[in-house]
Amino acid sequence: MEWDFLLVQALSGLASASSLFVIASGLTIVFGVTRIVNFAHGSFYMLGAYIAVTIVPWLLEFDRSPWLFFVGVLASALAVGVLGVVMEVTLLRRIYRVPELFQLLATFGVVLIVQDLVLLVWGPVDITGPRAPGLRHGIFIFDQRFPAYELFLIFVGPAVLGLLWLLMHRTRFGVLIRAATQDREMVGALGVNQAMLFTGTLFLGAALAGLGGALQIPRVSANPQMDLSIIAEAFVVTVIGGMGSVPGAFLAALLIGQLQAFGVLVFPKITLVLVFLLMAVVLVIKPWGLLGKPEAAAGRAVLPEGIIDPRPLDRASQGLILVALAAVLALPLLDAYAVKVGTEVLILALAAFSLNFLVGNGGIVSFGHAAYFGLGAYGAGLLVTKAGLPMEPALLAAPLVAAAFAALFGFFVVRLSGIYLAMLTLAFAQIAYAVVFQWVEVTGGDNGLVGVWPSRWAASRETYHYLVAACCVLAIVALRRVVHAPFGATLRAARDSVQRADAIGVDVRTHRWLGFTLAGGAAGLAGGLYAFSKGSIDPTLLGIPMSVDFLSMLLLGGIQSVLGPIAGAAVFHAVKDFFMPLTDHWRLFLGLSIIGMVLVFPRGLAGAWAGLRRRPA
Amino acid sequence: MAERVLEVAGLRAGYGPAEVLFGVDLHLARGEVAALMGRNGAGKSTTLKAIMGLLAPRGGSVRFAGAEIAGLAPFRIARLGLGYVPEERRIFTELTVAENLEVGRRGAAAGRTPWTPERLFSIFPNLAEMRHRRASAMSGGEQQMLTIARTLMGNPEAVLLDEPSEGLAPVIVEQMAEAVLRMKQEGIAVLLSEQNLDFAAAVADRALILEKGEVRWQGGMDDLEADEDVRRAFLTV
Repeated sequence: MEWDFLLVQALSGLASASSLFVIASGLTIVFGVTRIVNFAHGSFYMLGAYIAVTIVPWLLEFDRSPWLFFVGVLASALAVGVLGVVMEVTLLRRIYRVPELFQLLATFGVVLIVQDLVLLVWGPVDITGPRAPGLRHGIFIFDQRFPAYELFLIFVGPAVLGLLWLLMHRTRFGVLIRAATQDREMVGALGVNQAMLFTGTLFLGAALAGLGGALQIPRVSANPQMDLSIIAEAFVVTVIGGMGSVPGAFLAALLIGQLQAFGVLVFPKITLVLVFLLMAVVLVIKPWGLLGKPEAAAGRAVLPEGIIDPRPLDRASQGLILVALAAVLALPLLDAYAVKVGTEVLILALAAFSLNFLVGNGGIVSFGHAAYFGLGAYGAGLLVTKAGLPMEPALLAAPLVAAAFAALFGFFVVRLSGIYLAMLTLAFAQIAYAVVFQWVEVTGGDNGLVGVWPSRWAASRETYHYLVAACCVLAIVALRRVVHAPFGATLRAARDSVQRADAIGVDVRTHRWLGFTLAGGAAGLAGGLYAFSKGSIDPTLLGIPMSVDFLSMLLLGGIQSVLGPIAGAAVFHAVKDFFMPLTDHWRLFLGLSIIGMVLVFPRGLAGAWAGLRRRPA
Repeated sequence: MAERVLEVAGLRAGYGPAEVLFGVDLHLARGEVAALMGRNGAGKSTTLKAIMGLLAPRGGSVRFAGAEIAGLAPFRIARLGLGYVPEERRIFTELTVAENLEVGRRGAAAGRTPWTPERLFSIFPNLAEMRHRRASAMSGGEQQMLTIARTLMGNPEAVLLDEPSEGLAPVIVEQMAEAVLRMKQEGIAVLLSEQNLDFAAAVADRALILEKGEVRWQGGMDDLEADEDVRRAFLTV
């Protein structure tokens, strides 16, 4: 390879690092002050791009000057900053004290809402932006042509870093932000109105995301998928850099930019995997990221965050379960649609139950549980389509494959806690997603694989329904047994206090690791059953939206209850299946529902049921 | 009798299911230094936190400068002129000394000389030399000075001072006592929680003794020093 080629490669790595930093700096500042991991940060980025492709061409009509281009870009950033203020005032302000899982879900609700609003306003077609006047040419570096706009971007990152440094060290607002990042309660006790500080922070963070998006328009066209693709990368940058640390985000962006620029030469297919692998390695060596600080224990959640005291079922709950079982058995008497929905509900109930085994019982907030669901589905599906095995061994393999991966990923995951743990589970899920998505020869890539059908004896919808019912009910009963067993109690002890559990001789990591593996295996069984119910598999089974669906089921069912997530899965899936075909805006509906649940219903259906029963007759 | 700047009546507070304060009654006169004493777990820090709004009071009334403040957000209470110095100091260790002071800065009431870093450095000369040093690189005693200085930057009428002498070297404890006396000279009322009788005796006019979440004894500091029975009943371990 030539030197000049490597230089150009390094420069293009710097250009992407620059863009990534601008976005990630906003995310990390918002997290530092509010302690909320804002999923909607990707939406702000997308909105920045859409607003810019709308107003920049309009401005350039007046005069094709570079200045007007940048005026348009900055105006877009400011407009997005205002949207950030709207989000803080209407939503975030109400959820600063709820558990972080609910915060993540609520901001994901905003992601869904923005997706639909963007489709409403700008339509589904990608919109190509104008190129920057004065920066359309290429510059020759030795013999290689390098786009002038990319060269310009290289300087944007350091410029933003410098301006942020001045803001943080030379203004009162910046000093207050840094103080609040460390101890916001104390800042309040010194007379600072936190609400104003948080609103200002959201303005700054959203404006940076908007700036990042607006600066992209000469490079990529504005499209409705930009939000989720950038948010995963921005998460990785902030986590590697240390959440809350702006210089850390800069360092991490540089690392990732170069890793991508050169990784693409060595492993062209798996650059995404390399990035997430870097994150896993950094977190194992430095659990708080490169320049991060251990999270202050102060100011954390007020609600009890999980299953407190699993009891034997009382009469009313037993009755409810009997009714549910009877419904499962009787479903084939109804129409085929009811059987389809019933089968799916059973499968999702097992997946949700296994997730709550981690979240509610173990306090391990996995944001990538769909990975194990999907890996189970792919394990079974590949054995049938590629190895020609029948359904039975494939179904047996599904939980084993998923458990194997859960054991592998879990080995790293259980070394962390809190939000870093959630981010690492998300990262591993994205690795699995990326591999399945990019390894086209084996997995069929984006299209997935078809022809995953049950054996002849189970081919009818009704028989398969009963097979699913048997598998899922048995698996749920077994997992529930584990919740009630000493192993389950040990996980709860570790959830409530790692130090105290440690001090009485519990090997917390090993217990969590086993729990993670077990939950992954159960999700894998659900995934395998799902594959045969559909006849096909595709990468969405491992995607972030799928993981969020599972978490929404927990939220709806109530993470404090052992059986609540099953009810949550039933209601969630039935409603989604019913509404999705009826409306073009189901995402809007789902997003609003998630936010509504977080705000008014934080203990879920099971909480409402318990509340009803506690009332004197 | 001097005008009362702080008046607490029937204050109740606790953590989760645990009740800690069962109706605390106390008051603080303008410009007075009072020591809130009692054994570990008697509720001294909890009383200060509940007055400051850092812990939501479950009942009772807290009046500051004539206004009811129970239930207000801490920042509103601070803006009314009540300062708070936490036991654990809670210095912003990532910030420099000057920046820590900046976070605490608020305007002074009319007619008062506002605190400036320079005026504070005259009380705490050690801080002057480390203006631009990161607070994480300071000793415990220096941090204790900084946390008091930071609260004074808000120009409070009264200060709640939680265990100012705890864990400090004797020479630093002396400086703390001087600082409290200087605050008194400036007309600032101080309610300090304290386990160290010598320190309290050096600075306070009056003592209040908490036991099991209630004020069980109060009187002049001299009376407490003279009354061995009271000390044995409530203070000795």
